[in-house]
Amino acid sequence: MRQKILRFFTRRSTWASPYILFLLLFVVLPLILIGLYAFMDYEGRFTVSNFTKFIEQPEALNTFIYSVGMAIVTTCLCILLGYPAAYILSDKEFNTSKTLVLLFILPMWVNILIRTLATVSLFDITGIPLGQGALLFGLTYDFLPFMIYPIYNTMTKIDKNLIEAAQDLGANHLQVFVKVIFPLSLPGVLSGIMMVFLPTISTFAISELLTMNDIRLFGSIIQENIMLSDTMNYGAALSLIMLLIIGITCLFDNSSKDSQLNQGGLI
Amino acid sequence: MADQRLEPVGNIIDIKHVSKWFKDKQVLDDVNLSVKKGEFVTILGPSGCGKTTLLRILAGFETATEGEILIAGEDITQTPPHKRPMNTVFQRYALFPHLNVFDNIAFGLKLKNFKSDIIEEKVHRALKMVGMTDYEHRDVNSLSGGQQQRVAIARAIVNQPQVLLLDEPLAALDLKMRKDMQMELKEMHKTLGITFIYVTHDQEEALTLSDTIVVMSEGVIQQIGTPTDIYNEPKNCFVADFIGESNILNGTMLEDRLVRFMDTDFKCVDEGFGCNVPVDVVIRPEDIYIMTPTENAMLTGKVTSCIFKGVHYEMTVVTPNGYELMIQDYHAFEPEQEVSLIIKPSDIHVMEKERTCNTFGAVVEDDTHIEMLGASFECLPHGLEKGTEVKVEVDFNKIDLTDDKEDGVLEGNVHLILYKGNIYHLTIVTDEHDHLYVDTNDVWDDGDMVGINIKPEDMRIIHD
Repeated sequence: MRQKILRFFTRRSTWASPYILFLLLFVVLPLILIGLYAFMDYEGRFTVSNFTKFIEQPEALNTFIYSVGMAIVTTCLCILLGYPAAYILSDKEFNTSKTLVLLFILPMWVNILIRTLATVSLFDITGIPLGQGALLFGLTYDFLPFMIYPIYNTMTKIDKNLIEAAQDLGANHLQVFVKVIFPLSLPGVLSGIMMVFLPTISTFAISELLTMNDIRLFGSIIQENIMLSDTMNYGAALSLIMLLIIGITCLFDNSSKDSQLNQGGLI
Repeated sequence: MADQRLEPVGNIIDIKHVSKWFKDKQVLDDVNLSVKKGEFVTILGPSGCGKTTLLRILAGFETATEGEILIAGEDITQTPPHKRPMNTVFQRYALFPHLNVFDNIAFGLKLKNFKSDIIEEKVHRALKMVGMTDYEHRDVNSLSGGQQQRVAIARAIVNQPQVLLLDEPLAALDLKMRKDMQMELKEMHKTLGITFIYVTHDQEEALTLSDTIVVMSEGVIQQIGTPTDIYNEPKNCFVADFIGESNILNGTMLEDRLVRFMDTDFKCVDEGFGCNVPVDVVIRPEDIYIMTPTENAMLTGKVTSCIFKGVHYEMTVVTPNGYELMIQDYHAFEPEQEVSLIIKPSDIHVMEKERTCNTFGAVVEDDTHIEMLGASFECLPHGLEKGTEVKVEVDFNKIDLTDDKEDGVLEGNVHLILYKGNIYHLTIVTDEHDHLYVDTNDVWDDGDMVGINIKPEDMRIIHD
């Protein structure tokens, strides 16, 4: 008996149970609820009208397309700014201490809302009007560390021998970068995209604050609908649509990872 | 340009007075080496001896702190690696994981803008050379270690470099595979006619493959020679100990062709050392004849161990006055058996001793203290003024080592252990990179941290 109890407490699955319970209550159950609500009208009857409404009413659809556009622009800006930064940081000769990395990552430690509020007051002080430009700036500023870090991580893991091998075979600095470092850093860029693109679509607080509620992203629409009891089901449907799209992009990410290594050679 | 004509003809590589410092640590000390075109040169030494650094300086991944490197008479000391006419085979293969076998091998050719049909033909030929035809489209990660190494070799030789640098290319392979690859490399060297510079710590590999072996230790070239030269005529104890098995003993050269060791006089073939000069004597274990007791034996002893090694037996024999000898013979003599030993004069190799005692530079602190090796030592009163520079001599057996490094005036690491039949000769390196040589009967291991003490009466202070 004692042994049985002992074995129960030393099993891995036993130790995992608190989190599994948490997961069931706060992740799986809400997901199921979203799924159920999405297919119900506000009186609780089964319907697909929430989805037809999304396609028929241009407002939500347009916001969605606009959000995706903003997310693409933000992601591109993050790559443009983050990739060179990560490349420089990963150079051990230049970056002898980890302090510089810390400096780049530091914004991640500050709450995203506080950073956004700070950005707003920064725009206020300098007198630059809020709007789409401010939103793009805010999004890029908020999500840049999430792009730098994964790229930096993959770059530091590139075997130094490979760079030497490329040099040895006649590649100059540029060729080493194009033929070895860049293709091998692509997995980092991909996880960077995942970390920036997806959260940008669903963000709402940032767009509200930086555009004085003028521009709304898809996240704002969902939030607005969920807040009101008679459109809650529509909000649930919108959430589900977003979840599906995120899920599909993640699948795409996974399937591309295997071919990643081969694809790099074409570039 | 004028210099170019002065270079001796036929040397593909000239390394001249090359030294390399990493911060304050010297890893190469005045290295000089010339390599003839088409030669197979092996740089051999224990880990940390600077052999890989030397290869990396040749490849261009490191720059020499001092000295110059010439390829076919042309100074390339400051040339970046991608402009050097040589290619490297890396120890851990360093194949590009994002490219398949074909693209890995074609990497260098594509950079040189060859036409695609020529690239294809060259890659096919290189793959055939390493016995990997039909593997073009394989993912390099799906290959075994041996196959990856073959691809790495193909990737280097496909560029037809003037010099091929190989950095312990077989170290990661298992024994059987290593032997096969050795033979293939040797064959490849013959057919290609390229100069090979091969770095290894495996002395057997070096003896098997090379035209010339360069033995290195502590950043210094100890000996350059053919495999037979290095084996039969080692220049010092380090080389004798590192290449093959050997019995190294302290001896005295009594006169030409007569040497005394193990308290016995032996005829030998060496001359020109002078009379009563301390020397090191090397006898290879296979050169000692072992037999059942006979009248005309040079030495007698008792077998203490006998191990079967495949072709021969390896036996340890202890003489009545306490010397231990390692002997290899086809016949087994059981432990406890009394035996007689005979050594031919031509099999006794006599080497000049590099030093007969420790000599340190020191500065007088006061009448009873001197400063040397970065520490303050107590000494006998000497009546010299403070600040006087003196030399201090200490005999090998007068340095005390302690287990606890706190107990010593100085700390150090055991670096090299030579067994001299009845005594261990240790090289101790202090934190300041000074070397101390110690004779002891205690057993220490390579890398042990020790405390170092010297008694005041054992220091000979020399002031001139």
